Amino acid sequence: MANRGEIARRIMRACRRVGIASVAVYSEADAGAPHVTDADEAVAIGPAPARQSYLSIDAIIGAARRVGADAVHPGYGFLSENWRFAEACRDAGLTFVGPSPEAIRLMGDKIQARRLMASVGLPVLPGSDGPVGDVADAEREATAVGFPVLLKAAGGGGGIGMARVNAAGDLASAYATARRRAEAAFGDPALYVERYAEGARHVEVQILGDGRGTVLHLHERECSIQRRHQKLVEESPAPVLPSETKAALTRAAVAGARAIDYVNAGTMEFLVDSAGAFWFLEMNTRLQVEHPVTEEVTGLDLVVAQLRVAAGEPLPWRQDEIIQRGAAIEVRVYAEDPAKGFLPSPGTITTLVLPAGEGVRVECGVASGSAVSVHYDPLLMKVVTHGATRPEAIAKMEEALAACVVDGVKTTIPFLRRVMAHPDFRRGTVHTQMVEQGAFNA
Amino acid sequence: MPEDIKAHITGVVFQIVAHPGDPVQEGDPVIVLESMKMEIPVESPRSGRVQSIPVQEGQTVQEGEVVAVLE
Repeated sequence: MANRGEIARRIMRACRRVGIASVAVYSEADAGAPHVTDADEAVAIGPAPARQSYLSIDAIIGAARRVGADAVHPGYGFLSENWRFAEACRDAGLTFVGPSPEAIRLMGDKIQARRLMASVGLPVLPGSDGPVGDVADAEREATAVGFPVLLKAAGGGGGIGMARVNAAGDLASAYATARRRAEAAFGDPALYVERYAEGARHVEVQILGDGRGTVLHLHERECSIQRRHQKLVEESPAPVLPSETKAALTRAAVAGARAIDYVNAGTMEFLVDSAGAFWFLEMNTRLQVEHPVTEEVTGLDLVVAQLRVAAGEPLPWRQDEIIQRGAAIEVRVYAEDPAKGFLPSPGTITTLVLPAGEGVRVECGVASGSAVSVHYDPLLMKVVTHGATRPEAIAKMEEALAACVVDGVKTTIPFLRRVMAHPDFRRGTVHTQMVEQGAFNA
Repeated sequence: MPEDIKAHITGVVFQIVAHPGDPVQEGDPVIVLESMKMEIPVESPRSGRVQSIPVQEGQTVQEGEVVAVLE
């Protein structure tokens, strides 16, 4: 498992279910972390900074070789969407639990992905056809599509290096910042311009392909509650989404994945407006943080499915056998202070009480006494609830969050409780700008 | 009267924006910290001139630690 925290533990659980021994890797900062003590075996891979440990292809391939691993699961984040890593695994004779390096590379180039999906009939937002050369070029493109626009990194997604620009006067500074972030995150400063869809929802479709001609969708997830273009609350099914829109989205997602012969788990992300129009945003060629909501409503184990596909087995389901039962919600508990604009809150967890109960699932990467390091993503745990109806899932989430205690660091729990109580969230009428507009402020 | 600028969060010094001798305005970023994959600027509380930057890029600083001194 080329990862840490809750996702390493999640993968480990799936391995155990199918009788596969798991090997954790860990940096100096993570010695004794739950993902290390839980694993059948663990290998130290370097110092705390991720570049020297979890982002080091050599360190991870070396660890896999040392223990005689057959396969590598990349989780999400870190090297999961790095085609060079997938290729290095293949070259080392290791099975990469994910798509081919070619598919990762193709979808990782966000401009190429946009073009390709448009060529197979998926709607995309108006924007520059390629990277913009400089600020003046960006201004020409932005004026052509109309402000506000988004500056987006060509080299990678996940909201990194993305900046909203409201007017031409703001373009120069946003352009400089976005380029620097894109360069730091993806090693490629290239940016493109896309029209900003005001008041849109983020809806995505889970895909599974087996490389034997079967590409299935596992329905949609609604993920509009975001800060810094990153998700905080996700659910399935997407509330108040007309059935014809949903059908069109899943059709488009499968068509897009088929167009690149997609193998293993992936996610097609879309923006949907209030009139039901939608546009392809990007494809994530990996397991998604929010995959548990799909698992809860479909009853399928996505990580086990990933392992089976990686082992060369065909997917055992027909599309019409995959149905959504009830409603599931996931919230992300981050070590951040929502009262201070979601500022990071590293530290040591002094007390940890996890919620439990029927229909409550917790994916947690920390324990009481864990140090929450400045070097990694602030995700501490995900709380997932499943109910026969959406109101039931919300009620369970309210109870679960009230029972959850994390002392020693600030967390997003108070914010998440306000989301659950908010009338717009309860109605399901959410959009991607609500957090920044202060809809859930105390 | 020299004035200390302190880190408002724990993080790693990602970038030193202003150097000794540089004039800064209130609200200008003096250094940028990286913490939990986020870049967080530490801003100058007033206009003035930077006297010293007692930290280096790549160094971990604790919340409350002095990262810059204004003249």
